[in-house]
Amino acid sequence: MATAREPRPYLNPYLAGTLLGVVLFLSFFLTGGGLGASGALSHIQTGVERWFAPGHVDRVAYLAEMGGAARNPWASTGVYMLVGTLLGGLASGLVNRRARLETRKGPRISTRTRLLFAFGGGVIMAYGARMARGCTSGQALSGGAVLSVGSWMFMFAVFAGGYAVAWFARRLWI
Amino acid sequence: MAPFDVSGLSTLGSALVFGGIGFGFGAALELAGFGDTRKLAAQFYLRELTVLKVMFTAIVVAAVLVAGAVSFGLLDMSRVWVNPTFVWSELAGGLVMGVGFVLGGFCPGTSLVAAATFKVDGMLFVLGGLVGVWLFGETVGAFEPFWLSGDLGRLTIQDWLGVSTGAVVLGVVALALLAFWGAEWLERRFGGGTAPAPAIGRGRRLRLTAAAALAVAGMVLAVRGEPTAEQRWAWAPHPVHQLLAGRGAFVSPAEVVALRKDTALSVQVLDLREEHAWNLFHVGGARRVDATALSESPELRSLLEAPASTITFLVDDGEARSTAAWRWLASRGAKNVYVVEGGITRWLDLYPAPACVAEKGAGEGAGWRFAYATGEALPSSWPELERSRSFRLPCATASLEDEGEHRWPEHPFTKKVKLQVRSVVKGGCG
Repeated sequence: MATAREPRPYLNPYLAGTLLGVVLFLSFFLTGGGLGASGALSHIQTGVERWFAPGHVDRVAYLAEMGGAARNPWASTGVYMLVGTLLGGLASGLVNRRARLETRKGPRISTRTRLLFAFGGGVIMAYGARMARGCTSGQALSGGAVLSVGSWMFMFAVFAGGYAVAWFARRLWI
Repeated sequence: MAPFDVSGLSTLGSALVFGGIGFGFGAALELAGFGDTRKLAAQFYLRELTVLKVMFTAIVVAAVLVAGAVSFGLLDMSRVWVNPTFVWSELAGGLVMGVGFVLGGFCPGTSLVAAATFKVDGMLFVLGGLVGVWLFGETVGAFEPFWLSGDLGRLTIQDWLGVSTGAVVLGVVALALLAFWGAEWLERRFGGGTAPAPAIGRGRRLRLTAAAALAVAGMVLAVRGEPTAEQRWAWAPHPVHQLLAGRGAFVSPAEVVALRKDTALSVQVLDLREEHAWNLFHVGGARRVDATALSESPELRSLLEAPASTITFLVDDGEARSTAAWRWLASRGAKNVYVVEGGITRWLDLYPAPACVAEKGAGEGAGWRFAYATGEALPSSWPELERSRSFRLPCATASLEDEGEHRWPEHPFTKKVKLQVRSVVKGGCG
């Protein structure tokens, strides 16, 4: 029984994928670069770190590249894209009545466990994303569409890593 | 021709363009259901393969559109960012991410959408992500050689396999259709019918039509192939045509010599003549390149990716082969490439070889005839060096003031070389 408050169903995955593919193509066509999220996280982190330890940001080569000396880590195209991603997700969530304060988790774990693992998973995920020079969107999607050898290798590595631990982590999800 | 040079945009313009693309990205992820961690994690328990379906569809659709736009001359692939391949760090990073994916239930992009729709787990994941990138920045110094290992640069599957782009796209389409068929089967087998029914586009006919459309597009690309040299030249922007017509790309040997003195620049001379002509005489430090090799992958790639301070000069006996090669390179988007005006003949007119070694042939436009092979042993090969004690000459000549020392007159020239900096395009994760 669908009431007015109930969330609308999700889009067919193939249709959603086509939509995502068109957005990805437009990104290449207009800017010459693909989509991404993890690079922006790095810029934001550098920006925050600069408030507390500007000297440190200047000294560490990896950080200085984004926000050393006169460079503004916030004024990055990736950060603009990240803000757009948040707004796009929010807009779609509102329209489809899916924007509500809640925690999504597997049936056998507590909310606290889920949140702990979400945080820890975020740490691992972002660390791996920086190591691989891109996340699922920046490497797998964008590099995959322009047929980069490394991106396709990366994609298989992500699935391999995931399936390798899935069985041990099954209590989290099923 | 696209892509547009976004480096010239104002902050507001840049924010609008990239923010707009991000908006579409976020909306598409949310519509696919990627704000819900259970939908993502289900991929790893084969209950629901939405992740595979959405990602692979997106990749295939974008790959077909990108390759199509390139094939029809709408998009200049040399200016599109292709993620560089670093074999080991990408494999290791991918494995680590796979673990993080299963434990945390998101990837960075999807966690943003989850956080934006007020999912608390999504917000925690984003926070964890900020800590993760911080940790990486602090620790990468400890294993930097590993992080930089296996660097193959910009390497596409078609370059790697040596096949056409269309063939690879067709292969990717076939792989995707096979994966979709397999995913449907797995969902029926393991999903137990628990997957929520999507609202639109359920019809079997619609699916088959879409699959057929993709396959046809892949085949068209495979048959159509890459644009020919003539097509590329016709699509090249007006200023490039102007460089050829207005002879802006033809640089006097005297300017080449002046630039060779500039230690801030890396000047390379590519000699397109046959080997025997090369052996008789060539410009000092030049590299002999077969004209056909220039159109092939390693040479072309090294020219397209040359650092901004590199200037490349193409040289022939006259200008025929160098002009043809220039046209090809310019239409592929190579920057800072020029033709040596008048070729080796003009070079030797300005910096003549000793009369006992070579003499100019009779008649207009005739080349120089050498008595024996000199390679780059003559001072004429190195006019920028004022003192070259190591030259051992077979005969005393008037062009040498005294032993081991020579000076050429300062030949006047019109300055034509303008160093162009390629706009740097980087992916969102860069």
